[in-house]
Amino acid sequence: MKTYVQPDFEVVRDKDKCIRCRVCERQCGWDVHEYDSEDDLMIDWGEKCVGCQRCTVFCPTHALTVRSYSGNYRPNANWTDDRIRDLYKQSESGGVLLTGMGCDRPLKVYWDHLLVNASQVTNPSIDPLREPMEVATYIGGKPDSIQIKDGKLATRIPPQVRIDIPIIFSAISYGAISYQTQESLMRAASELGTLCNTGEGGWPDSLRKYEGNTIVQCASGRYGVDKEYLKRAQFVEIKIGQGAKPGIGGHLPGEKVTDAVSKTRMIPVGTDAISPAPHHDIYSIEDLSQLIHALKEATNYEKPISVKIAAVHNAAAIASGIVRAGADIVAIDGIRGGTGAAPKATRDNVGIPIELALAAVDTRLREEGIRNRCSVLAAGGFRNSADIVKAIALGADAVYIGTPALVAMGCALCQKCYTGVCNWGICTQDPYLAKRINPELAAERVVNLIHGWTHEIKEMLGGLGVNAIESLRGNRLHLRGIDLQQWELDVLGVRGAGT
Amino acid sequence: MSQVTVQKSDSNVRSALIDATGMYYRDLNALLRSLVADGITVLRLENVCGQRYIATDLPGDIRIEIHGTPGNDLSAFMDGPQVTVHGNVQDAAGNTMNFGKIIVNGRAGDVLGMSMRGGSIFVRDNVGYRCAIHMKQYAEIRPTLVIGGTAQDFFGEYMAGGVAILLGLGDVPHNAKFIGTGMHGGAIYIRGTVKPYQLGREVGILEMEPADTELVRQAVEEYVSHFGGSAEEILSAPFIKLSPVSSRPYGKMYAP
Repeated sequence: MKTYVQPDFEVVRDKDKCIRCRVCERQCGWDVHEYDSEDDLMIDWGEKCVGCQRCTVFCPTHALTVRSYSGNYRPNANWTDDRIRDLYKQSESGGVLLTGMGCDRPLKVYWDHLLVNASQVTNPSIDPLREPMEVATYIGGKPDSIQIKDGKLATRIPPQVRIDIPIIFSAISYGAISYQTQESLMRAASELGTLCNTGEGGWPDSLRKYEGNTIVQCASGRYGVDKEYLKRAQFVEIKIGQGAKPGIGGHLPGEKVTDAVSKTRMIPVGTDAISPAPHHDIYSIEDLSQLIHALKEATNYEKPISVKIAAVHNAAAIASGIVRAGADIVAIDGIRGGTGAAPKATRDNVGIPIELALAAVDTRLREEGIRNRCSVLAAGGFRNSADIVKAIALGADAVYIGTPALVAMGCALCQKCYTGVCNWGICTQDPYLAKRINPELAAERVVNLIHGWTHEIKEMLGGLGVNAIESLRGNRLHLRGIDLQQWELDVLGVRGAGT
Repeated sequence: MSQVTVQKSDSNVRSALIDATGMYYRDLNALLRSLVADGITVLRLENVCGQRYIATDLPGDIRIEIHGTPGNDLSAFMDGPQVTVHGNVQDAAGNTMNFGKIIVNGRAGDVLGMSMRGGSIFVRDNVGYRCAIHMKQYAEIRPTLVIGGTAQDFFGEYMAGGVAILLGLGDVPHNAKFIGTGMHGGAIYIRGTVKPYQLGREVGILEMEPADTELVRQAVEEYVSHFGGSAEEILSAPFIKLSPVSSRPYGKMYAP
């Protein structure tokens, strides 16, 4: 069928600068660039370009510019170019629109409407470069009270996992990302003294050496869940939902199910790995409790058990149920959370921002007097260290980040993760592309990013006159809202700026 | 009051007899763990009544005999033991089980063998809804589920591998609907007949090949060895094979 879809991007080549080295041609998995040997020139098929910027970065003479397609339809606030493109795509295929990464709609980002306090005169600020500043925290349930007998702790403390920084790498499954990318994340977690979540796609044997820094997931597909998987991880997370696609199961397109992925997931090669929407052994909070305790039995009560849900309208009540069901950790993933593949309609329209869900959950658990029984992990759209500081002040024990770590490795958010073609070698199973990620170098970039953020977090803590991240947790008096309506301030539990 | 009696057989196998009357599941499972840690390899449980997760965290070379009705998630995540139940089992037995064997002298509840990765389950009578769903397989690591009677709706849903067999013994005909919905790997064998409307859209009925017949024969022989009856008699009736019609049933559902 003749396609009416206009290109997303166009490629501009400065012919004076181009030396016909053909680097762009080799770097592009989308066959955008082609060498014409007869005329000794490069041809660019801009309509195939996804805007990943791999060629512009690797062009030795900076001869290339990739930019949004400059043609446009008659401007129309309602029928934007993107919407028209989507209509053409669906009218030509009859299919569901798939996409990757997090929701890109201009939903209100509440982090940008929250401002952090600082000490002036009455409470001295602290200089983190020269004074102790504790950013480590412990993930796991805490008892309601403790008893000391004969100078010793007499209360049994639920299992705890120490993390040196309040930042954990999100669940991104092997299969969605390349083996090299998962290894890079685990390696970075190991160097940073934090954790990396395997996601639901299993844990390749050769990466189990990172067991001290690994969280494993038990999702509805139960891919890769064996006894050793559960026992060697630092904690086990039951994945109920994901911020990018609340209410539906994981989705790994068949293009990415290679033999190695088939082995880890125990499904046929080339088949779509579509996880069931629900866990069929969980139809209620009571059933959730049953799986939580099945996992506790399977790990001899030595590991915290986490339950991850998407941020949905009644997240607070659900979180209360999760804690009462016996979970040690509640993870909440907001609407801007990333994904390797999700229906666009779901990604962009289902769920709520993490800021509101996190505040609502923390408030509810406090009101019910059960906040101590769990750690709260927030996920979905953290862009910088300030977002993290604000999340902790809103009530998170730590945050999950995914997208920033992938961007550190090169990802340019082209949103084509679901195709299996990733010129950066991140979201692909093509060995030629995947080897572009060198775990040593990629981990170094991620570690650098997190080191930078950690310094910034310490500076902001010091400015508040606080010397431990745990003292900031849930301390909403350190936040003020700006440009927010009263209901938004109420949900966030913060006062307006100047009050 | 609960009791444990440790016995030693001639062959030096140490066994323990446990009266589970009134025991909380967590205490019972902790007791089993400690008995196994003490070198006991045969566990006989009497008066089991609803205790969950039995055999979940026990190592491979253990044999367990259960008298009574074990609770939900019997052998969930199990990796090796052989569990024989003299009675019925509740929901989610063999949940995400990795290896080992469950033999049920009775019937089973819903989601039996969910996401099973390996090992085998034999149930003498009928089973509930959504059994054998999302079973898995990689190369020769293949779970097997053999059911003497029949199953309810969504049998073998999402199956990605493994073998699930319904022998249709007893008086109840195969009434299940949505059999094999979303199936994309593995095989279901059914003794007796099912109507096309009972099948999910993703499966088709195939003729039995010699390899299928051999596989079913072995399964039936083992079934008979556990529960009695005549393998020849069972095998004399025709079987059908259900297989996915496509390895990628949802491949065309998405816009490029």
